[in-house]
Formats: sequence, C-alpha cells, structure tokens
Amino acid sequence: MLTQPSTMPSPWRASAQWLGRNGALVVLVALVIFGAGRYDGFLGVYNITELLRYNAMFGLLALGMTFVIMTGGIDLSVGAVAVLASVVAAQLSYLGAFPALLGAVLAGAAVGLLNGAVIAWLGIPPFITTLAALLGARGLALILANNAAVSVDTGAGFASIGLDGLLGAPYPVLILFGAYLAGWVLQEHTPFGRHVLAVGGNEDATRLMGLPVRRIKLGVYGLSGGLAGLAGVLLAALTFTGLPTEGVGWELQAIAAVVVGGTLLTGGMGSVSSTLVGTLLLGLIFNLLNFENGRGSISLTAYWQSVIRGGFLLLVVLLQSRAARRAP
Amino acid sequence: MPSSQPLLQMERIVKRFPGVKALAEARLSVGRGEVHALVGENGAGKSTLIKILTGVYQRDSGSITLDGRPVAFLSPQQAQAGGVSTIYQEVNLVPLRSVAENIFLGREPRRYGILLDRRRMQHESAALLAGMGLQIDVTLPLGAYPIAVQQMVAVARAISTRSQLVVMDEPTSSLDEREVARLFEVIRRLKADGVSVIFVSHRFDELYTICDRVTIMRDGHTIDERPMAQLSRLELVSKMLGRELGALQRAHTTGFAAAERDAAELLVEGRSLRRGRALRDVSLSVRAGEIVGLGGLLGSGRTETARVLFGADKPEGGELLLDGKPARLRNPRAAVRVGIGFCSEDRKAEGIIPQLSVRENLTLAALPGLARLGVVSRERQQALVDRFIKRLGIRTTGPEQQIRELSGGNQQKVLLARWLCLNPRLLILDEPTRGIDVGARAEIQRLIDELAAAGLGVLMISSELEELTEGCDRVVVLRDGRSVAELPRAQLNEAALVAAIANAGRPPEEDANATP
Amino acid sequence: MLPRDGAASTKSRFATGAGLAALGRRYGALAALALLLLYNLLFTRNFLSTQTLYVNLTQVATIVIVAVGMTLVVATGGIDLSVGSLMAIAGALAPLIFLSQAPALSNPAIAIPLAFVLPVLVTAALGLFNGVLVTSYRIQPIIATLVLYIAGRGIAQVMTNGYLQSFKNPAFQSIGLGRPLGIPVQVILMLIVVAVAAWAVRSTVFGRYVLAVGGNEAAARLAGAPVSSVKRSVYVISGALAGIAGLIVIAINSASDANLVGQNMELDAIAAVAVGGTPLTGGRALVIGTLVGALIIQLIRFTLISNGVPYAAAQIINAAIILGAVYIQRP
Repeated sequence: MLTQPSTMPSPWRASAQWLGRNGALVVLVALVIFGAGRYDGFLGVYNITELLRYNAMFGLLALGMTFVIMTGGIDLSVGAVAVLASVVAAQLSYLGAFPALLGAVLAGAAVGLLNGAVIAWLGIPPFITTLAALLGARGLALILANNAAVSVDTGAGFASIGLDGLLGAPYPVLILFGAYLAGWVLQEHTPFGRHVLAVGGNEDATRLMGLPVRRIKLGVYGLSGGLAGLAGVLLAALTFTGLPTEGVGWELQAIAAVVVGGTLLTGGMGSVSSTLVGTLLLGLIFNLLNFENGRGSISLTAYWQSVIRGGFLLLVVLLQSRAARRAP
Repeated sequence: MPSSQPLLQMERIVKRFPGVKALAEARLSVGRGEVHALVGENGAGKSTLIKILTGVYQRDSGSITLDGRPVAFLSPQQAQAGGVSTIYQEVNLVPLRSVAENIFLGREPRRYGILLDRRRMQHESAALLAGMGLQIDVTLPLGAYPIAVQQMVAVARAISTRSQLVVMDEPTSSLDEREVARLFEVIRRLKADGVSVIFVSHRFDELYTICDRVTIMRDGHTIDERPMAQLSRLELVSKMLGRELGALQRAHTTGFAAAERDAAELLVEGRSLRRGRALRDVSLSVRAGEIVGLGGLLGSGRTETARVLFGADKPEGGELLLDGKPARLRNPRAAVRVGIGFCSEDRKAEGIIPQLSVRENLTLAALPGLARLGVVSRERQQALVDRFIKRLGIRTTGPEQQIRELSGGNQQKVLLARWLCLNPRLLILDEPTRGIDVGARAEIQRLIDELAAAGLGVLMISSELEELTEGCDRVVVLRDGRSVAELPRAQLNEAALVAAIANAGRPPEEDANATP
Repeated sequence: MLPRDGAASTKSRFATGAGLAALGRRYGALAALALLLLYNLLFTRNFLSTQTLYVNLTQVATIVIVAVGMTLVVATGGIDLSVGSLMAIAGALAPLIFLSQAPALSNPAIAIPLAFVLPVLVTAALGLFNGVLVTSYRIQPIIATLVLYIAGRGIAQVMTNGYLQSFKNPAFQSIGLGRPLGIPVQVILMLIVVAVAAWAVRSTVFGRYVLAVGGNEAAARLAGAPVSSVKRSVYVISGALAGIAGLIVIAINSASDANLVGQNMELDAIAAVAVGGTPLTGGRALVIGTLVGALIIQLIRFTLISNGVPYAAAQIINAAIILGAVYIQRP
C-alpha cells in the first residue's frame, strides 16, 4: 500500500514552503541581476573579489553559528573571539603565516570548547555562557594587546594571507569557500552533521536513541570557536592589526545571516549553503548601496543597510513563524 | 526449538521515590513471540515498571532477566543495545529529519569510514518498511507523515536494531481504525519472527484482539497475570479498579453526605462536544446545587471535556449553552467572568505558581475584584486569605509561606480556595483529591458537599469510585471520548458504575467470557 | 503513585539546606554591595567625596532605568535586546525637535515638552512592536528584539545621517544636567523609576500578573490572567524607559551621536538584572535587586580602576561575576 504524506500541499502552500526555504537565494539572485543591470562594474572581478574578501570574515562566523544554531543553541561570543584571535595572530605574525594562523585558530577553538563544556556539562544556558565568554574574550584580548593595537609583522609572510592569492582568487576568498565546502560535506555527508540536526530537532529523543548529545554540543561550540579564530586571522591579515576594540555586534550579524538564510533558530533544520546565501545577501545590500550612492541619483547612506538587514530578518522570521505553525 | 523459558522475567521489583513507594513487589513475565498486555490505572505503577525495564530508572531491588541472562540497564541507550526497544506514545523520534535518518540514527551505514552512505541507508529503510507493508518516500521528513506512519517507522527502527522485545506505550491513542488494523498486522509479523511485544493500553477491544496474556497492576503491585482468554472484560476492569467481582458497595468511606439534593436551574450544558481525537461526542449538563460526576478510564476525554466547558480549549463541534443560551467562551478569563471556576488535575503544571506565596496563589483569580484602580487592597486581600485559610483548614506557617513548601493536600486546598473566593456558580474539579492524604480528602469532600448544598453547581472528575458513588447526584460515564451512560443517584452503585465503564452500557450478566 | 503528603518531609529539608540557599539568594547581592562599600571606605582615598558619588551615581543611573524595564521583561520569561538601539532613536529624535527650524516648533514652550514626550512615545510604540512579535507571532523574544537591535540603530542613523548633533539647550538638558536640591536629576529619576516599579510589582494587579505569567504561564492563563496583554505591556514599558534613558544620555553629553548612544546597554542591563538576583527564566522581578546589581557592577569597575587594574581585566571579572550569579541561581 502506498502512503502519501498527510500534508498534501496545495500549490500555494508548496510555493510558500519552497520560498521559505529558498527565498534568500531567490532574493540574492534577483539583487545580483538588478545590480548587474544597473551598475557598471558590478559584475566585474574587482567588485566581486572585494565583496567576497570583506565578507569572508562574517561568512566564517556565520558558518560556525549555523552548526550551533542547528543544535538549538546560540553563540554570542564569536565576535569577541574573532577579535581575540586577531590579536593572537598579530602577535604571532613574526613567526610566519602558518604558525600565526594555527595559534589563532587554536585560541578560538579553546574558547569554543570551554563554552561547549560549560553548556553541556554544567547546564548553564547558551545565551548566558556565551555572553560571559564574550566579555571574557574581550578582556583577554585587551590584556594580550596591552590596551593598544597590535601591529602585524609584515616581514614574516603573514600579510600574504590578506594580499596574495592563488589562481587569481585571493586567499580570504579561497578560505571562505574552502570552509563552506568542508562545512557542507560535514553537514550533508557525515553522521556528525546529521546528528547535529537531530539534537536540535528533538534533544530528548536523540539522547534516548543513544547519541552522545553532550559531545555533539561540545563539538559544535568548539567548531564555532575555531572558525571565529580563522575569521580573526583574516581580520588581522586584512587590517594589518590586531585591534581589541573591533568586532562589536558581529555575532548578531552572524545570527542574522543564519536566520535570513533560512535556518530555524529553534534548531533542527537548516543548511550550510543557505547560510552562505544569507551572508552574501546581507553583504550585497551594503554593496548595492555603495553603487547606488555612486550614481548620485539617490543618496541612501550606508546607514540604511542596518534598517534593511533588520527588515529582512523580520520578514524571514515572520515567514518562519507561519511555517512553524502550519507544520504537522 | 522454541524455549519454554520466558524471554523477560521481572521479579519482586521495588522502586522508591522521595516520600513514596512507587513499586512494591511488581512482577512481569513475557514469553517469546508473545504479545503481552500491561494494564493499570493512573498511579498503578506500570509506567514506572516500564521505565525500569528500559533503563530510564534503576530499580531499588528485585531482578530482571532477559533471554536467560540477568540485566540491569543503566540508560535507555543500554536498553536499546540490549535488545529492548520502546515505541512511545508521542513517537519520540526527530520529526524534522527524514524517515531513513530516523531509522538509522546513531548507526548510519558509512562509506570510506566517515562519509554517510545515503543510498544504502535509503535503500535499506525502504526495504524494511516494505516488509511491514508500507511503501513511502523515505527521504521526506518524518513529520510530514501522520502519527500512524511515524509509529511504523519507530517499529522499523526497533526491527533494524534487532530488538527481541518491543515495548509499545499507548500506541493506538492517536490512530483511527484502519491504522490500528495495520499496526496489528505489523505486530503479528513481529510475533511470527519471534519478537515479543509489551502492549500498554487501556483500550479493551484492542487488548482482547491482539494480546495473548495480560498483567494487571494496581497501587504498585502486580495483582494478576493470566491469558486474555481467561479474563472477562468485567473482571479486568474490576481488578484494575481494585474491586473483586461481585463485591457490593462498601460502607461509607468518603466525606460526602450522600443525601438527596434539590437541583435548581440549568447552569451549563454541552451538546455533542467535539475536539480532536480525544473528544468525539460528549453531552452533559450541570444544574445549580448538584454534583455531577464525570467517570471513565484514563484517556476517555474527561479532562478535555472540562477544558472545553471552561473555555480553555475551543470546541471544534457541538454546542455550549450557559443558562440555557448558546455561548462561546473565548478564554478562561471570560469563563471566570460568568462565574465558572476550574481546578486542574495537574497542580504542578497548571495550578500553583510555585515561587509565589499562599496569599498570592489563593487570590490570583480574584485580584481584579480586590483592587481599586489597579492597586490591590492589602486589607481586603488579607481578610480574604485569612477567611479561607480558616474555612478550609489550610495548614501553613502563614499566608506568606511559599506555596511549594506546602503538602499536596494543602496546596490543593489553596487552589480550591482560589476559585471559591470568587463565589462561582459552577465549579469544575478535575481529580480534586488526587495525591492527598485521607484526612484532607474527607475535609475537601465535605466542603464540596456543603457548597453544593448552598447552591453551587459542581462537575467533578474523579477516578475514585467511592467519590463518584457517594458524592454525586448523577454520574456521566465517558469512554473513548464519548458520553456513553448517565447513572442517576437511584442506580448509582459501584457495580453499575464499573459495568458502565467497562461495557459501555451492556448489562453485566451478558458478558460471561471475553470474545476476542 | 503520587506522593501523599510527601512534602511534609521536604518542609524540614527546606528549613535547612534550601533555606540557606534562599537566604543567599535574597541577601547575597546586598551583602556583596555592603562589602564593596566597606572596602572602598577603608582603602580608597576620597571615596566619600561628592565628586566620587556624583560620578558613580550618574554613570549608573541610565543603566538602572533601562535595567528596571529589562527586569520586568525578564520576569515574564523574555528578554529585550533592542534597548540600546531604542535609546539611540530617542536620542536622535529629540534634537531634531528642539533644534528644528519649523515654524510650528519655534516656540520653546511647545518644542521642549514635545522633545521630551514624543521620543518616549516612539520608543514605547517600538516596544509594542516587540511585544506583538512575541505574543501574536510567537517569535522567541531574543529574535524578536534582535530585529530592532539591528534595524533600530540604523533608523537613528538614517534620521541624523550619522551626524553628530551638538547643542546647547538648557531647558532640554535639564533632564541630564539639572541638580534640584543638589542631587543630579537623573539620579532622582532613577530612584522614582525604581520606587514606582518596585511598588507596582508588589501592589498592583498588573505586577502580580507579571510574576504569575513568568512563574507558570499555563496556570496564570487558567486563573484568568490576560497573558498576552501583560507580555505586550512589559515590552512597552521597557521601550519607554529606554527612551527616557536615551534623552538623559544626550542631555549629559550635549550631543547626540546615533552611532554611540546606548551601545552595549543591553548587555549592561542584563548583567545588572542577573547579578541582582532576578532569574532569567522568569517568575520574579527583584527591582531593588537590579538597582543593587547595577551598583555592584559599577562599584567593582570603580574599585578596580581606582586601584590600577586595567579595564580589560575588569571585563573578565565582570564575565565571571555574571556566570557565577547565574550559576548560583540555577533552579
């Protein structure tokens, strides 16, 4: 006997669901087409690489945040951890590119693992734990940097991370796409990735089915911290400094990117690719505003980007709440 | 060669929780390839026993033998690994994940060691389900399918983990007749493969259809165990409720005066109320000055009926009349305004505000009336609290004591007072004496009596037979969401009540032996 | 098998172990504050000078005003991340009114009161927006208020084009610089807000409903409490208080910078609430506790700084305190 899903979707609901899941992509494509038609140089190599290079940092933060949110948690510390890592990277830069990178990523991962341990074993809610980590990481960054900006030692090759590239693609862009590719494989094609989604979907059931829920949580927060560390490396490479006062509010931008992309904040559903779309979408808004101002016809200041980003977030969240209420 | 030794043997299981003995000398024995029913009312201990078997709790003493070997599962994971699977009432899988993923979660087939072998996972899942007679798209999320299918998936998971014993906890409560038939087909297939099933349910028709043997529990004891064929329906229900077949009404045991009362005007009437699966067709009425009992077993729809009458849930069908006129109660606030009060059965989840004081909890519903321009009048509030503490004999160190420190009985009195201080016309009580010691019970029962005598209309849900037979002017019996009988005081005795609950109205003499 | 009179044995348990914990919860913050004051009295020079007092109190006043609103929101089980951005909006709007060249606003008797009232009304309305998202759309408070956290500051920046609005308007700035009877006006405002809120929580129907909704929403609904209305109201209050705080801040600085007004305020407010003893899970609203919590945090910062400890270390200590405070209050 053949059984079909009880929610035989009507054409309206089917399109609404599809839109909810892929809406961000549709909007992104629409904006790209709009931009390509309206502005010269929009699709040019320079613009694209600059857009990607700048948003690589946010993209990495959002990638880590995706995994954390998929388990139903949240990580408010990623901005501060990135800044901490940038300071570490700047200070280690005299040793060369690779040691500095390694040190920064390890520093980030260490904070992340600490978060994960407190959340999974001490049972303190993720919001509070990562909030405390935010304050702690910032303080640590200030201490390490001696309350000043740490200059990157450009002599040992660290700066090439930001300046050079491979086959025409700058390293930051390669790192971004490499990370997302690895993240996608992890999420789609490994048991760990599926377990992360299961934990967020129904933590009790997942525990009852025998999965090591605590270790999974430890893993996602550690991953988030490590990726924040990597973002910090890019930050140091792009600005040639480790600046402890940077990165304010970056975690919330990351959350917005994840949510706009279509991942449910309540956990259990989402994807790495949609976060990439969300990040690019939010980054594109800024880009388009620049171009529009360049034309001189309107002068929409860059400040409008926050408003528009907030508006996108609102729209997505409203759609998600609708979809959640219709779910079987 | 099938062994005659039982697959599962649980002997002399004892389990204590702080302050209460949940299981005392409980026993359960399941043969190979057998479908075994486990029945008992609320508080009988069957869920505790199951949780001990499946590793959620650990027993204090007693022995468990599975397949000839002693076992002690320290966690649900261990139970699963040991061959015992559980299908929960709420399915307890992950609805957002696909069917195939749910079946293989934790044991996914892999390629090259770390990569998921999706194709094999989907192929094997589909094959498993097909073997159960189900052909569905295993890549869709589990939640897209109805509960019946989700349960099948849970069974498929149990099969794929090579379970020897599958525990099904109230599996049919959300299924319609066709889906139940399909589930039973699957259970028969399991049986044929030598897998045993423990079937926990209160639906007699089904028990008699699919089960081979039955274990009856009450008050933490296993009181009987025998083949289904040797037990009539009436016997089954009697044992569940703790009455020997043929026993007459016991001597006066409650605080109810059991006197005749004059019923006055019609307060509330529900006609063919319907809501979801739990409430299918319930009609009843309550007059001022009378106590109407709502009887029936667990899952018969009593609480759901009460919630609809109070406006806590909206009915999907049927009519509600207040004072003879059709009415629609949008929310509890509206019900309170027309003079209805509702004392929920779950004190902890829906009754007390734990961190607030006795005074706060008692006056919560009455606050608007105690205030002027939004400011609560302390003197009036205090006077009210003092009056009711005295009247109901609430034992507390003072009105400011945190309510969670009170005993269950006194908490219930505070909740009762919450409604009484509103001077309601109709009071709906859901298990008002549950979890309360004998002394406090009688007090509360006496109080309800006095209130009815003074003109209050009462709808009382109770699982205690004597409360229904001694306290009520009429008892409406619910079964599977339908009102099936109404017993007026003249015909109200325990035997008749038990018969009504068990047989849905068939006279006891006709039901000699159970027919599967 | 449900416990019959089982709580009788737990009553004695409460008297000892849990009783001490409850005592700790109730008076711990106050004790910590007392210790800090004592330490400073003994070891910090010029601690009792009016200068020190003035500096500390004015710094803490705006945080407390916002944190009181946060306390109410948290009491219902929610959170409000938008307060900083709402401060920025109020701070951006007010100068636009009293600096405006529009003929209707040229009369200061109209412009000044309007510059006080309108921004607060606007932030209150935005608070209502938050409340509706939470109640009617059932969006989690953290996300619902995240929308305005992101967009709100942008709105303020758009209104002012990111420019610093600098002004000198004694009538308006009285809200930040006035000193009736020698006490800074914002401190008086702070005390009024705390007193009114604490009284309302204790003695009004609304206040009791807030606690009931946060303590057990299902029970509160069954007891007839207007749950959705109560929840919306606390977000409105939080918005209004944030507006007032925004006005105070720009008055003190004689300038309104939409990029900076209220930055990090949500974290400061949540920290004050947590340290003050109000559980983030809801059900209690310790308004005085929030005042004490803010004072403790302020005093610790002051103690550390005046003893040469760098700001950075103070941040870490801040983090540890918050974690510790929440850990102790775990249910």
